[in-house]
Amino acid sequence: MLKQLSNLDGISGREDLVRSHLLECLKDTPHEITVDSMGNLLVKKGKTISEQLMLSAHMDEVGLTITAIDKKGMLKFCPVGGIDTRILPGLRVRFGADRMPGVIGVKPIHLQKKNEQQKPFDPETLYIDAGFSSEEEACRWANVGDYVAFDVDCISIGTDCYRGKAFDNRAGCMILLKLLLEDNKLNFCAAFTVQEEVGTRGALIAAYNLKPHFALVVETTAAADTPDNEKKVAGTVLGAGPAISIMDRSIMVSPQARGNLVALAEKQSLPFQFRRFTGAGTEGGAIAHSGEGVETAVVSVPCRYIHSPNSIISMWDINNTLNLARAWLEKHQ
Amino acid sequence: MKDQMLIDIVMDLTSISGISGHESAAVEKAAVYFNRYCDEIKLDRFGNLVALKKADRDAEKKFTLALVAHIDEIGAVVTKIEPGGFLRFAPVGGIDPRVLPGQAVVVHGKSNYDGVIGATAPHLLTEKERNKTVPIDRLFIDTGHSYNYVFDHIKVGDPISLSRKTCYMKEGKMLTGKALDNRAGMSSLILCAAELTGLHHQVDICFIASLQEEVGLRGAITAAYGLNPDLAVAVDVTHGDLSGVDEQHTFRLGQGPVIAVGPNFHPVLSEHLQDIAKEYNISRQVEAIPGNSHTDAWAIQVSREGIPTGLVSIPLRYMHSTVEMVAVADLVSAGRLLAWLASGMKSAFIGRLKGC
Amino acid sequence: MKKMAIDDTLKKLTEAYGPSGEEEEVRLLIKEMIGSSADNLYEDRTGNLYAIKNGGSGRVMVSAHMDEIGIIIIDVDKQGFLRLAPLGGISPHLLVGQRLRFKDGSTGTVYHEKLNSWKELDWPKLYLDIGLKGCAPDDCPVKIGDLACLDQPLVKQHNGRLMAKAMDDRAGCAVLIEVIKRLSGDLPHEVCFLFSVQEELGLRGAKTAAYRYDPDYGLAVDVTLVGDTPESPTMAVSLGKGPAVKVRDSSLFCHPQVRKLIIDLADENSIPYQLEVLTRGGTDAGAIHVTREGVPSGAISIPCRYVHSPSEIIDGKDLEMTVLLVEKLVQSCWPQIGGSSLQ
Repeated sequence: MLKQLSNLDGISGREDLVRSHLLECLKDTPHEITVDSMGNLLVKKGKTISEQLMLSAHMDEVGLTITAIDKKGMLKFCPVGGIDTRILPGLRVRFGADRMPGVIGVKPIHLQKKNEQQKPFDPETLYIDAGFSSEEEACRWANVGDYVAFDVDCISIGTDCYRGKAFDNRAGCMILLKLLLEDNKLNFCAAFTVQEEVGTRGALIAAYNLKPHFALVVETTAAADTPDNEKKVAGTVLGAGPAISIMDRSIMVSPQARGNLVALAEKQSLPFQFRRFTGAGTEGGAIAHSGEGVETAVVSVPCRYIHSPNSIISMWDINNTLNLARAWLEKHQ
Repeated sequence: MKDQMLIDIVMDLTSISGISGHESAAVEKAAVYFNRYCDEIKLDRFGNLVALKKADRDAEKKFTLALVAHIDEIGAVVTKIEPGGFLRFAPVGGIDPRVLPGQAVVVHGKSNYDGVIGATAPHLLTEKERNKTVPIDRLFIDTGHSYNYVFDHIKVGDPISLSRKTCYMKEGKMLTGKALDNRAGMSSLILCAAELTGLHHQVDICFIASLQEEVGLRGAITAAYGLNPDLAVAVDVTHGDLSGVDEQHTFRLGQGPVIAVGPNFHPVLSEHLQDIAKEYNISRQVEAIPGNSHTDAWAIQVSREGIPTGLVSIPLRYMHSTVEMVAVADLVSAGRLLAWLASGMKSAFIGRLKGC
Repeated sequence: MKKMAIDDTLKKLTEAYGPSGEEEEVRLLIKEMIGSSADNLYEDRTGNLYAIKNGGSGRVMVSAHMDEIGIIIIDVDKQGFLRLAPLGGISPHLLVGQRLRFKDGSTGTVYHEKLNSWKELDWPKLYLDIGLKGCAPDDCPVKIGDLACLDQPLVKQHNGRLMAKAMDDRAGCAVLIEVIKRLSGDLPHEVCFLFSVQEELGLRGAKTAAYRYDPDYGLAVDVTLVGDTPESPTMAVSLGKGPAVKVRDSSLFCHPQVRKLIIDLADENSIPYQLEVLTRGGTDAGAIHVTREGVPSGAISIPCRYVHSPSEIIDGKDLEMTVLLVEKLVQSCWPQIGGSSLQ
């Protein structure tokens, strides 16, 4: 399930493929399904009071978009969502509805000046080469505004881990999907939201629509358990279980909401850690401060190399996050 | 509407001051024009101008299309009166301090007072001083009046507008002046309203002149909530071509309005705008905006349960200076594009927008 | 007699523990101080406190925030030193050597690791020492996620100046409490005195409170910066010259008719005032005024030196005049503002 979700291309603003896939997975269920004007997919399981309990996971991933086509047929682009531009050189990508392949070329070492390698490539000078030999030819296949995704296939790797793109936040989507498909007797509304990466936009209108009493955002977060990052107290650790948020740029998780999750984890002997990084926003804020306010918590699956073409995530962490989310739902029925 | 009429409207709208937070005079001016073509005009609770042009009487169901252009311009406010009658000020909206020294201004106190942002004569400056930008809070305005006069006629908080008379450059058919961001957009909307008088339309059209866009899209936030239209298109300006800036970030003047695509805009609406332009032979350009468009569209899209939104922009050079430049043809095309959009809008299309 | 009462209120409020997100202690204190002076007193689920005074038609929301800047604990190391992250606009430079206090009373000081120059001073280099010798995570009196605030008593200076931490915005809260206690008789409009939460994190409490209460008018009572200290940023506001009537700050332009009402009342009642333009900084009115279809709002500010430091200084006379001005405001009829036809 994770592989399928990860391989789908769904950059902020064009989450159609992910949404269609989820709809396909849900087609034999009795749940009430709506899609709103921005493309959020809202699935209500159980009785009508289900909208009082909201689970949220965003469908979109970071990527690129084509901003211009130059005279030589090269495609100029800019990032959609937060990307460290240093990962771009040497990337294979696919763009447009037909998923045409392209590359972000790099000047060979042989032709570089001395000391050129000391500084990162200036992102303004990068472009996508799809093999077109002229502007006209390029315009037949590419359009300004086409979305560009990392051309990567998800594979299993190591012990119970996966390597691929977009685990942020297809891992979260997978958790919500499983809870919807499982044979549990839970009542809740799963919101598969759009455009989180460009400002938690979908969550704003989804929360306004549902007006939940309690919400849990299921996300992924940066793991920093790699060499030279030991001093970075702020990162999470792969294999230590779901990371419960204390605070991020969008929300101060109330001690009550946080305490609930911790108590649940302890009671059910589930492993967990804290997401101690207080920066970076999530949908937590969009939901918590909508309308008259919502008691909101955020739980995340640790993920290495997040927002890059090849992230690494542990299925063990995903399953434990799923268990914690289920426990949260059970408690709030 | 003839080109000359549009030019006159732009000249008129830019002749008045309407800096963010102090737009009433500009709003009144715009109201005069909309009054000619619309059925109802009012100010909403925030102060935004809302001009309604009702659908044809035989329209089946009530839908509302909002066309929004912000009416405010960048400027400044007085922060302190110094000895000698000089005024310290703070910017309203984003201003590059480097365009300010030597700039003529008008201070709006009890009356309007001409002034200038003082620039020290080069003879008196050291080489080192000449190589540094003077930060805004070290600049000052000289009105030529004494401290006592200033104290009696001007207060802390009074608005200050940049002074420039709009000029029509006949050969290139360009307009240049201050506040073309966004009186150019506003003028296109007025042209659109005029064009619609000769066309049928099945949706109610609300022309909105929004306030305080430059300081946080505030008018758009409240207008969208209050009106709750079925869909909306914002009209603003985008960066015109200029040397020294990569072409991927700018658009050619005279090559038509720029239709935006990206997460901020409903893909079906963006495509529809492009289709209309093709159908009516209106030259157009396309801009991919990867996130926040920094226009009213950003606020409107997430109002209440969400409003499908689009953006049409007029290429403009030297944004946020007093030498802004636009091509008349682009303003006309933008207005016509929106008129065709409104007149061709059917309820089936609106249905397509609601469920993605 | 009145003066001593408000000083006492202010002392209790500023010395209380209430960093953004944990305003409980301040809220309880305020409820106790208001006692039965409000016609209705309730809280919402985010912790905002609403004190209602009945009146005629129309609703006015007057807001002051209960929270103060502080820090949040993100790590407890093996030797018992605590790592911090900021809560609101608190600068690492102002924390070195300062005392911080937790909810349970644990107190400590902030210090920095070895630095080659002051330019290196940033959050990862700071730590808090509350006297722990190293403890097992489950056994520790302080845990990850705990909040601390500055620890300073209120002191009186020369010239009636008062110095304390959290004048921003316990001074505003003190003003509201005093006004509630003084009001008697019918008010022209219903007034909701809002004691909001999490203003320092982005006006969050006021946003949901305004949506819930749906007022017709808004007013924030907060502190503002001054321009009367050596080489200060340009500001025409000084200590001792009366409350500042806000014209604008980065969160809102005060509605001109609300501003005019405030100024007219100040003139009629011989209350000295100043005009305030704040270039960086916002207040609850910023959230209130763009709620729903918009709420005409204004703000009255108490001039304050060294805002967001452990020693914020206000002038006692300015505080009294602010109480008087707010009292007159809620006793007045607010002008009809809102949609009008332009035909």
